[in-house]
Amino acid sequence: MTSLRVADVVRSSYVDGPGHRYALFLQGCTFNCPGCHNPHTIAPRSPDARDVPVAEIVADVAEVAPFLTGITVSGGEATLQWEAVHALFEALALDPATSRLTRLVDTNGDAEAGVWSVLATSMHGAMVDLKALDPHVHRVLTGRTNDRVLRSIRDLAARRRLDEVRLLVVPGVNDTADQIDATGRWLASIDPVPPVVAQGFRHHGTRLRARAWAEATTRDLERVADGLAAYGLDVRRRSLPEVAVAV
Amino acid sequence: MGAEEHRQRVRSIIEDPALTYRQRVYALAGAAEDALDPPAVSAACALALDKGLICDLAEGHAPYRPRYTLPDYARALARGSTFLELPPPTTFDEATTFLLAAYANVPSITGYPVWFGDLDRLLEPFAADLDDDELRTRLRRFWVLLDRLFPDAFAHANLGPADGRVVRAALGVHRDVHQVVPNLTLRVDPDVTPDDLLLEAARTIVTVAQPHLVNHPMMVADLGERYGVVSCYNALPVGGGSHTLVRLNLLEAARRHSGSAERFLDTTLPGAIALTAELMEARIRHVVEQARFFESSWLVDEGLLSLDRFTAMFGIVGLAECVEHLLLLDGREGRYGRDRAADDLAHDIVERAAAIVHALPMPHCEATGGHALLHSQAGLDSDAGFTAGTRVRVGDEPDLYRHLAAVAPNHAHLPSGVSDIVRLDETVVDNPEAVVDVARGALALGMRDVTFEVANGEFVRVTGYLVRRSEIEKVAAADAVRHSSSVLGAGSFANAGLDRRTAQRVRSHERTVGT
Repeated sequence: MTSLRVADVVRSSYVDGPGHRYALFLQGCTFNCPGCHNPHTIAPRSPDARDVPVAEIVADVAEVAPFLTGITVSGGEATLQWEAVHALFEALALDPATSRLTRLVDTNGDAEAGVWSVLATSMHGAMVDLKALDPHVHRVLTGRTNDRVLRSIRDLAARRRLDEVRLLVVPGVNDTADQIDATGRWLASIDPVPPVVAQGFRHHGTRLRARAWAEATTRDLERVADGLAAYGLDVRRRSLPEVAVAV
Repeated sequence: MGAEEHRQRVRSIIEDPALTYRQRVYALAGAAEDALDPPAVSAACALALDKGLICDLAEGHAPYRPRYTLPDYARALARGSTFLELPPPTTFDEATTFLLAAYANVPSITGYPVWFGDLDRLLEPFAADLDDDELRTRLRRFWVLLDRLFPDAFAHANLGPADGRVVRAALGVHRDVHQVVPNLTLRVDPDVTPDDLLLEAARTIVTVAQPHLVNHPMMVADLGERYGVVSCYNALPVGGGSHTLVRLNLLEAARRHSGSAERFLDTTLPGAIALTAELMEARIRHVVEQARFFESSWLVDEGLLSLDRFTAMFGIVGLAECVEHLLLLDGREGRYGRDRAADDLAHDIVERAAAIVHALPMPHCEATGGHALLHSQAGLDSDAGFTAGTRVRVGDEPDLYRHLAAVAPNHAHLPSGVSDIVRLDETVVDNPEAVVDVARGALALGMRDVTFEVANGEFVRVTGYLVRRSEIEKVAAADAVRHSSSVLGAGSFANAGLDRRTAQRVRSHERTVGT
């Protein structure tokens, strides 16, 4: 029986995609972002994480399904367990109690094309973080380069599975005028052009290394949104902080 | 009450800096009424009233009008009114003018009407000649007048379940004007109310904690098509209403009990219900047979109210503490909303109470088969030490699903309304679609009605009505505020720990009783 390594379950979430959602946070991530709001989910294993069989998750979702728009699998990085996520989505699609729910993945985009070719058959869409377009800045923010992220965004768009691209605005790090300019131009070249959300960096939940970075203000978000709008992008601003999983 | 005590009460009203002129006038009328002896009841009933087992909710000693009236405004608009000297309106402006004139002549306990009618259905026929901007401008003006002329959050308007231009405009206006009046209910019928209308309501809910949502098919099954939701979520027949609302404090009943929970259901509960019913009967007979309200009201003369459309409301409070107390008597521990055994006992009590109330004949309640309707009473500003209605304890609400699972089974037994309040985390503000999801789920679960509030909002829901946080602060500082319900709300806020629960609705001073 397939299981998922689960860090946290939030059965009632208003912040993990459209509508009221069941959010599943998986253990383990390919990135090691100082600014991560859920740093306890980064390590591949954790004494707090537990292996949960797919059938158990489906049963739990079914219990509250009448109250939901859908389920979001987040992390950590959901695609690290892509086979199990795919199995979960197929099981949800087959169960009459849960088949109506939308199935979304919240991802850092750091996955191989083969992963998306499989998940695209069982998920409705993906919400992808783009921490920075510039590979060097990306490395500062995540510890990794971003070539797979950029390819994932193009690939998911082509498969009509890209729900939104989220930009985490870290003032003075990834929001310089030339970076915004380049990001706007690049996003406008995606076919079809994805919805873009600008989200402000907050200290809440992050580790000490990230405290040197300033929190983003409403003005920072406005500036980024205005810069991207020059490329015809429709940028939504999310006023609230990324909400940390209850730890 | 002795003469000296009576003079002191009058004096304290006259000199109360926290009451506006009009609020003092109503309070003085109440003091005059209370100079009379209350309707005669048995010594046991009088003692139960005195000791707080039952409570007449400050209706006054000599009831001379039904507590809640729901005039048939559709009939009035169609036929015009001799009393008001107004012909049937032909334009939107004439219709709203007609309604405002009618509201000003409706009797009530609070001095203000508790029901403005099904505003979308009433006004839709007059909106056809107006474009969207004109409609919105006029509706906004009407909304402002409702609040300024009838500043009492028990004054309640109904919308839905069908879609239309007026219901959409009203939800938009309500979101913009930031008023606690009208208190607002949207009827929801899963087969009739479209998702995007519910979403429009959800946008208003995340902004101003209204409208309240009711399960239309469930209401129709219990009360028929012609029902309205008034005051603190009281569902009653249109063209009639409720003579009285008396409540039984279940915690007090449990305190008078010894023995098992089963024995409570078989003996103590029926005994306490009989005492409550006795007081209800005495009060109903006073309104109908002694004060003879139905023989001298223009609303009756013109067919907007009729005695055969009336019922009475049997309220219960303190279920949460009653259950805990009974479990302790059994040597068990459990909290309603947290423990299955407590939930089960709570459901048994409500189910049994409904069966007993249903079987008790009640005079002048022809609208509901000659018996009263059980009601989860939303509390009083002076309440302390027990939880309103059949709610789980304030500040002790479990997670969303657990909360709804605990309270939903009660709803089938409470045809005249429940007021469970579901608090939503403030992150919902950016995601009103989620409110639609939760509402749909709650109704599918068998909830009769559901009220949302958003944590830390400006609008605080106390019992079944809203107050603004800023007005509560003014009352605390002894400044007069326009809304009489805010005076009540301030009491609830302090006594019931509503600030712990975060946002809820308020209630009134001893005289300004809505509920």
